[in-house]
Amino acid sequence: MSEASTVAPNEDLIVSVSEVTLRFGGVTSLSDVSLDQRRGEILSVIGPNGAGKTSLFNCLTGVYEPQEGSIQFCGDPHREPVEVIGRRPNRVSRLGIARTFQTSRLFNALTTFENVKIGVESRQHTGPIGAVLRLPRTRREERESDQRTLELLEFVGLRAQANTLSSALAFGDQRRLEIARALGTEPSLLLLDEPAAGANQSEKAELERVIRRVNSELGISVLLIEHDMRLVMSIAERVVVLNFGEVIATGTPATVQRDKRVIEAYLGTTEDEEAG
Amino acid sequence: MCFTTNFWNLFIGGLANGFIYALIALGYTLVYGVLRLINFAHSEVFMSGAFGGLFVLQNVIGSKQPSGLASVGLVVLGLAAGAVSGAAVAFLLERVAYRPLRRRNAPRLAFLISAIGASYFLYNLAGKEFGRQPISIPNAFTNGTVFTVFGAPVQTYYVIVAVVTLVLLVLIDRVVALTRLGRGIRAVAQDADTASLMGVNIDRVISQTFVIGGLLGGAAGFLYAIPTGVAYTMGFTPGIKAFTAAVLGGIGNIRGAMIGGLVLGVAENLPVSCIQTSWRDVVAFGILVLVLMFRPTGILGEKLGRAA
Amino acid sequence: MKARSDRLLVWSRGPDGRRLAGFTFGALILALITGPEGLEGNPTYGVIHSWLRPRVIAFIAAGVIAWFLSTFWVRNRDRWRPAVRETWQGAIEPFSDRRVRWGSYVGLIAAAALLPQVISGTWQEITVDQIGTYVLLALGLNVVVGFAGLLDLGYIAFYLIGAYSAAYWTGVLPVHPPIVLNPFWVLPLAVLAAMAAGVILGTPTLRLRGDYLAIVTLGFGEIIQIVANTLGSVTGGAQGVIGIKRFSINVFGIHYKFPVGAQANVPYYYLLLVFVIVALVVFHLLENSRVGRAWTAIREDEVAAEACGINPLKYKIMAFAIGASTSGFAGVLFASKIGFIDPTEFSVQMSILVLILVVFGGMGSLPGALIGAAFLQWGQNFLRTSNYSWYNEQDLYVYFGALVIVMMIFRPQGIIPSRRRSREIGLAEQGIGTADALAPPGSPP
Repeated sequence: MSEASTVAPNEDLIVSVSEVTLRFGGVTSLSDVSLDQRRGEILSVIGPNGAGKTSLFNCLTGVYEPQEGSIQFCGDPHREPVEVIGRRPNRVSRLGIARTFQTSRLFNALTTFENVKIGVESRQHTGPIGAVLRLPRTRREERESDQRTLELLEFVGLRAQANTLSSALAFGDQRRLEIARALGTEPSLLLLDEPAAGANQSEKAELERVIRRVNSELGISVLLIEHDMRLVMSIAERVVVLNFGEVIATGTPATVQRDKRVIEAYLGTTEDEEAG
Repeated sequence: MCFTTNFWNLFIGGLANGFIYALIALGYTLVYGVLRLINFAHSEVFMSGAFGGLFVLQNVIGSKQPSGLASVGLVVLGLAAGAVSGAAVAFLLERVAYRPLRRRNAPRLAFLISAIGASYFLYNLAGKEFGRQPISIPNAFTNGTVFTVFGAPVQTYYVIVAVVTLVLLVLIDRVVALTRLGRGIRAVAQDADTASLMGVNIDRVISQTFVIGGLLGGAAGFLYAIPTGVAYTMGFTPGIKAFTAAVLGGIGNIRGAMIGGLVLGVAENLPVSCIQTSWRDVVAFGILVLVLMFRPTGILGEKLGRAA
Repeated sequence: MKARSDRLLVWSRGPDGRRLAGFTFGALILALITGPEGLEGNPTYGVIHSWLRPRVIAFIAAGVIAWFLSTFWVRNRDRWRPAVRETWQGAIEPFSDRRVRWGSYVGLIAAAALLPQVISGTWQEITVDQIGTYVLLALGLNVVVGFAGLLDLGYIAFYLIGAYSAAYWTGVLPVHPPIVLNPFWVLPLAVLAAMAAGVILGTPTLRLRGDYLAIVTLGFGEIIQIVANTLGSVTGGAQGVIGIKRFSINVFGIHYKFPVGAQANVPYYYLLLVFVIVALVVFHLLENSRVGRAWTAIREDEVAAEACGINPLKYKIMAFAIGASTSGFAGVLFASKIGFIDPTEFSVQMSILVLILVVFGGMGSLPGALIGAAFLQWGQNFLRTSNYSWYNEQDLYVYFGALVIVMMIFRPQGIIPSRRRSREIGLAEQGIGTADALAPPGSPP
């Protein structure tokens, strides 16, 4: 409910979703969803399948345009928040919201290096004329993006695979590559859509480490959709629970776990999701 | 006002063209429904229908001008020949230019290019084998005024086109709505993966869809060629217009294709009293561009399942 | 007896049997298209004389031999592939050395520069009008189809726009320009006009589903041709335009007037050679820049590209405009060389021809577009000038149509594929990715 999900009004919020409703034809995918995320926080969105988690991400990144509500994003604490709704995904990316996808959507025919470089280059300005004339700025940008790309690959531990085709990477490596590509766009908020889905234990541990470092070392706020409850409980500072497109609970992992409606929502579906 | 002169003449002529566009448009729409691809070679299916009808009538009609029941029989025969040739070409087309690519899960661009190749292959082959001069179809009936609408004469040809098209349109609408085959087409159109899990043989459904589209397109080719004659290049312009009609009505939507065809046929013909006839094509393409810009889902929307 | 026929049935439906059917079918088609022309009023003449004559045996035999060889290859494919790859790697190994590579570039350019000295006048003309021009056109379309994955079927409309711009600015159209220019100075103006047309057409349509772009550009190509043919008071109508002035250079003390007629071939050859080299360099730099990577990203996965901050529309328009301006450029060059425009020549068929050249060479591959275009154009002109009894010039598109289908079935990446493209196609065949920008947008992520 909207009251439960908001935090104190004077707090420094990176994103504030208020009363967002999204419909497809007659189907309501999100209904009156409100949630706030503090700057620097790792917030997790959980909920059974079809609860509207990915729809929420798609609203936050401009892929869907909700019919009602507002999403205020404030990437830079010294600036006024801006409205996300109504911007194309590439504009939202410019604002500083980056994402990964539920099933990874890497550029399969490109190398690991090139994948990240495409993300890094989104902050650059080289156009066709600069590229053809090899202007000094182009060369400088090339150097900078190469260096930044290598740093990011180092950060997620994929430097050794820089020249491997992204489609040839192991599953866990692909997930981390997607994170690196998203980080390349210099986000202040990173949305991760089930990064651990299908990963094995060691891959999960590696992912958790990367997510923590993204948050602590790079100071990026993380919004995480995840089914793996162990991961959510250990990493998230707060949890928002969606069910049938509505927020049914918000709070620390411990309080949410005890919430009656949450338990009902999960028991109403399958148990293994809860067990993770 | 130039617009009012000849209004009903142009309206009736446009309607007749529109019926034919509707028949061709159904081929585009049905194939689009199951494959999510524009069948660029459909215009050649249309062309082969015209040749099929032509050759059969050339061999059947003697020097005497047929009349009465003989005329009806000959028109039906020509239509049947056109439909069968169209279906045969469509079937082969799917086998040769589409199926091998589908087997390999080729990119969509490859399908479009393969279809363009097939289109050029087919119409130039027709030119090689059947000659590059237009050939007129022997008269199967005497064309005269049947009745008049607001003073504009409605000729026998227009009546034939209208009757044949309406019968075929109703037939196809019912086939898609009621038969097992129609259910298969709708299932594949909605979700091919699920349909195949439910035991629908996708290959067969696609093949049958091409054949149905070919029957209609081939019959349309014969109808179209009665006044204009048959030429190997005849497919291009009606093809692109029928595609416009399909988009106008909402591609993938069967009734949309019918309505789109009629609307386009009339809309492109009415301005003819104000401008040169050669601008008619420009009007049609202009409509295509405008529709795609402002209402790409067309008049009735895109769902094949919903309309049927 | 029954068992044997059953086995035959099973075999015929297996991979070998199906391939044999395919090769036989192909041989019959080849027999038909190399067969005699049909007779007017006798629709079966061509078929009968192609198939019911002894010559068909030779074709079927060739089909069976091809099937046999292909079976041999398929059986031993896995064993031979490494060896083939190794030989190939060995052959291209020296080129990884910068000096060898640059040396071979210089050698190729030198050979190209010497070419007009060793060929006949007829072939000089073919080399300029049919090969050089089309190589330039293919390189431009390669940016649109190959790099950005957009199917442009109205490419020649921009060529026509370029040619008519040249006619306009040199003052030979019924409508007169503010100042009359020499075509050489018209080049930038015409390129701008073509580019502007590309942007105007592209901006609304490139938002749409990719296959709609194909049909809109097809319609646009048709409209431009109808306008050129019909709007006599502006374009001169179907009679075309005559008297377009040839290039002349008159700067920095250099005075050079390009000659006309047969004398024009060699100077225009060198001009084209320069422009083709420039185009190759420019497009190579683009491909390996931020812009080229953005094109690849959009082609592969538009949703992911957008999430990475790439504006797909902007880059699609860019590719489209670059293609359009190359086409316009070629249009000016050609119009000023031959001195007239015949608007009936610039049909959709010509756009399709350029597309075929690109597809054959390899979409997205610069050497592919170059060599593919040069080879096919050389081949068709060789056949045309050689007067083989089995080849009729009017049947060219029967061959090209068949070639395109065969390419799409067996080698969609073209004869000299681009590395990225062949990877994409290979991956798409395994069900990963889409390999073009034609997927319906808004497909859920």
